[in-house]
Amino acid sequence: MQFNRNTFICLALMLAGGLFLTQADLFLSDYQLYICKLFFINAILALSLNLIYGFTGMFSLGHAGFMALGAYMAALCILPPEQKEMMWILEPIIWPFSDLFTPFWLAVILGGLVALVFAFIIAVPALRLGDDYLGIATLGFAEIIRVLLTNATPITNGSLGIKGIPDAATLVTCYVWMLITLVVISRIVYGNFGNVLRCIRDNEIAAQVMGINVFAYKVMSFCVGAFFAGVGGALLASHLSTIDPKMFNFLLTFNVLMFVVAGGLGSLSGSVIGAGIITVLLEWLRAIEEPMEFLGMEIPGIPGMRMVVFSLVLLAIILYRREGIMGSREITLAGIARFFRRFTQTAGRAGQ
Amino acid sequence: MSFTLPEPEQALLAAQNVTMRFGGIVAVNDMSLALPKGSICGIIGPNGAGKTTMFNILSGFYTPTEGDVLYQGHSVKRLKPDQVCKLGIARTFQNIRLSSQMTVLENVMVGCHVRRHCSWWMAALGLPNYYREEREIREKARRLVEKVDLADMVNEKAGSLPYGAQRRLEIARALATEPKLLLLDEPAAGMNPQESLDLMHFIRQIRDEFGLTILLIEHDMKVVMGVCEYIWVMEYGAPIAEGEAADIQSNPEVIRAYLGDDFVKGDQE
Repeated sequence: MQFNRNTFICLALMLAGGLFLTQADLFLSDYQLYICKLFFINAILALSLNLIYGFTGMFSLGHAGFMALGAYMAALCILPPEQKEMMWILEPIIWPFSDLFTPFWLAVILGGLVALVFAFIIAVPALRLGDDYLGIATLGFAEIIRVLLTNATPITNGSLGIKGIPDAATLVTCYVWMLITLVVISRIVYGNFGNVLRCIRDNEIAAQVMGINVFAYKVMSFCVGAFFAGVGGALLASHLSTIDPKMFNFLLTFNVLMFVVAGGLGSLSGSVIGAGIITVLLEWLRAIEEPMEFLGMEIPGIPGMRMVVFSLVLLAIILYRREGIMGSREITLAGIARFFRRFTQTAGRAGQ
Repeated sequence: MSFTLPEPEQALLAAQNVTMRFGGIVAVNDMSLALPKGSICGIIGPNGAGKTTMFNILSGFYTPTEGDVLYQGHSVKRLKPDQVCKLGIARTFQNIRLSSQMTVLENVMVGCHVRRHCSWWMAALGLPNYYREEREIREKARRLVEKVDLADMVNEKAGSLPYGAQRRLEIARALATEPKLLLLDEPAAGMNPQESLDLMHFIRQIRDEFGLTILLIEHDMKVVMGVCEYIWVMEYGAPIAEGEAADIQSNPEVIRAYLGDDFVKGDQE
């Protein structure tokens, strides 16, 4: 009964959010809508990395690679064939990519699947490593993917990148994909499969003795994470309308890692909150790169200044709140209910 | 009341002339065991005798250099630990291996995983039979937690439990895999005499209730002699004696291994 009621409340909240977003363009500026979309996409990326790193404990730095694969696949799917013919000036585009033309939802799924297939190929050798070694190996694989994309000119248009990708990723589409990511990952993570993943993270030997095929579950977690990274990349490609191999370098991975660590390893709501705060902060801090007057002094605009402020914020997080905003806690309906009950109780006592 | 060892094919678990070498070091040398079904047996020996190495061989972490391990008449020496567990061999560790950040209940639920039928994608899709199985696992874990007297700590983090409780939790987690054979590596380590006494009672109780066969490594002689029906003694990786508790206690080889040559000579003079 409890379970049914909670599901119902969750569904209602999700639906209300969706309805709200369909009307969002009435009272939000284009710029705010842009940030909103970016937030949903970043949340997808953060959630997928949290599954890999926060819950299964695999320090993977390959996210940019999976995003690149998803982005390119989706871009190739939704660009009209004539446009592709025109854009590939270095070398003509090869079949089947030249004739590929699918609706956006299929393009996103295909983007995720391509990332998943590559993740599987990478996982089999790389997941035999642990800790930092795995980080280095996956970082290397991500760079390999990027170099491949740069040089596979007949498919990817090489270093020229792809321009004019149709902006099919509407606010609601991004929102729905974020919900799908959230629901799928939370279902995996908050059941006994999640216990298994956390047991693998905490003590691999104990997990083996409990009859868990550790390698299979690591591969599963890695591939599901990569799938949603691909989905995020696909949405990002359509959102930015331009992609080139250079944008998928390792800095992008560290951006995602930052969302996860700031939000809290092993907390899904933390990932969403972390992605939200950092996305907004990164945009908001653009203001300090403008020329400004400070105490009567004229300060010229310094490009990159926001990254300096940003690194200070990160240092503060690492020094004073190492477990991130949420730690490994979650925002749950029961938790909210408890908060309100306590709130009304204290309010009642204060009234007496 | 004499205790007869079964033939290796009839035994629940049998090790046949197992030798384990790490480079030039012989950790286990020509060791043989045969556990009759439903018995409680023990391996004892001074520190570094190779007892835990023997456990690692039996539970699939090491493949022995020579010899074979038979479980219900089939060789299991090449299987991985998770496959060995699926067949029905569970173990605990000398240095407790729990997920300290997870609750008591979650730790036991991990043990239930090996017997489940649903795959992870059923969880992702949220199929009804997945939720039913999830409820069953929760119930089973709760029963086992009660069985080891941790019911009032069910939502505590495993790492915050006292030492004895962690040991019992590890046993509960091992029981959750529905084993036929339970390997206990120093279950009484760090326990006071009263706790050891309770443990002996507990070991017999779970043997009867779950129809287990138990093999344990222990340094606490009171526990070993009190609970084990048959004992193997190891020294420097090799078997030096075997027999029932009373025989082992008076065996000069065993006394020499534990207390040194002088003691045996002095005793005889």
